[in-house]
Amino acid sequence: MRTPLSSLELVEPRSLPHALALLRTSPPIVPLAGGTDVYVSLNAGTPPGTLYLNLWNLDALRGIQRRGGTLSIGALTTFGDIARSALLGRHLPSLVAAAREIGAVQIQNRATIGGNVANGSPAGDSLPVLAVTEAVVVLRSADGVRRVPFNSFYTGYRQTVMRADELIAAIEVPPVSGRQWFRKVGTRAAQTISKVVIAAVRAPQPRIAFGSVAPTVVRVPRTEAVLASGGTLNDAVAMLVTEITPIDDIRSTADYRRRVAGNLLRQFWTETA
Amino acid sequence: MRFLLNGERVDVRAPAMKRLLDVLREDCGLTGTKEGCGEGECGACTVLLDGQAVNACLVPFGQVRGRSVKTIEGLRGRHPLQESFVTEGGTQCGICTPGMIMAAAALPKNATLDEVRAGLAGNLCRCTGYMGIYRAVQRAQGSGLTARGKAQARTKRRARV
Repeated sequence: MRTPLSSLELVEPRSLPHALALLRTSPPIVPLAGGTDVYVSLNAGTPPGTLYLNLWNLDALRGIQRRGGTLSIGALTTFGDIARSALLGRHLPSLVAAAREIGAVQIQNRATIGGNVANGSPAGDSLPVLAVTEAVVVLRSADGVRRVPFNSFYTGYRQTVMRADELIAAIEVPPVSGRQWFRKVGTRAAQTISKVVIAAVRAPQPRIAFGSVAPTVVRVPRTEAVLASGGTLNDAVAMLVTEITPIDDIRSTADYRRRVAGNLLRQFWTETA
Repeated sequence: MRFLLNGERVDVRAPAMKRLLDVLREDCGLTGTKEGCGEGECGACTVLLDGQAVNACLVPFGQVRGRSVKTIEGLRGRHPLQESFVTEGGTQCGICTPGMIMAAAALPKNATLDEVRAGLAGNLCRCTGYMGIYRAVQRAQGSGLTARGKAQARTKRRARV
């Protein structure tokens, strides 16, 4: 049943420091950006809280910059902004490709990269890109700034190292050398939640990450090592199926996901050869 | 709370976490915007927020303060898209039509068929099979949305003769 929304409160911070101060007050307050995950929960009757912090007007958390080769993407940057960014098109095309396949236009105009990271769904489509590009999650709290490597951000299914008084301020992506590759497999191109999603970088030390095949997005370091040391594609696929732990759920089966993950690995390796 | 609704300044009192969809239908009396799935999948509730297509079922009313909202009523029944949806058979049962038209209204001018398909990928229609919808959007785009579109349509007509 849908959550009765008149009982919920939306708190308006005056500034980022004010928002960070509010995160320290009790009762717990749920950060709310574009609402594309929060409102799905509310409409399904599973509210993540009763008090919400409106981040949408904190423009300091918006925008894409490049400094010394490192891209900084503000947490409130929407996937529409990312899909249209010429800067990202040049330097991070795999994230642009992911952004274009997240929901459809209406979702892309509201869904933010900070929200995708904070929500922590194993099916989050931008997450494999952040895993292979070894992004950094910039966390802000009233105490200051903390930078956490994306690949140590998640500790379990929808569990992160973030504290309740922290906000994601930005995602930083260091320069990527090598060819970037992204592919999402779902029931259709738009609106679908991934059955399997992959991002990869073709370099002497290839980097490969999958979504929807484990409780969190995962890098597959042993598979990467097989390819880096000149192993065959068959060996790499055999290693891959030992590194992922897909499950049967409403969207697909574990068997299907293992097979598709292997096929995607083959496709990545042959297309970027 | 003040915002711009279909070009007019309005002041509406409603809870900040209430869905924009419900505020439009219940507090503003604009029932043209429909609810389909209520989870951002179907696009029936599409409206324009600061000119961008959004799902009104996922927007907290509090985030609309000081911004501009355009609904199907804002097209006043005379928009080229509204006319072409009728003439091209772009509508059958009608539940998806307001959202479909608002999503189409946010498309770039002179969109290609691929751009139309991608721009409407978040709007589901269970009746038409989409071909009538794509025809309607392309016709509206070629028949008056921009001077360039008009010129292209004229060129095409001449070429056919």
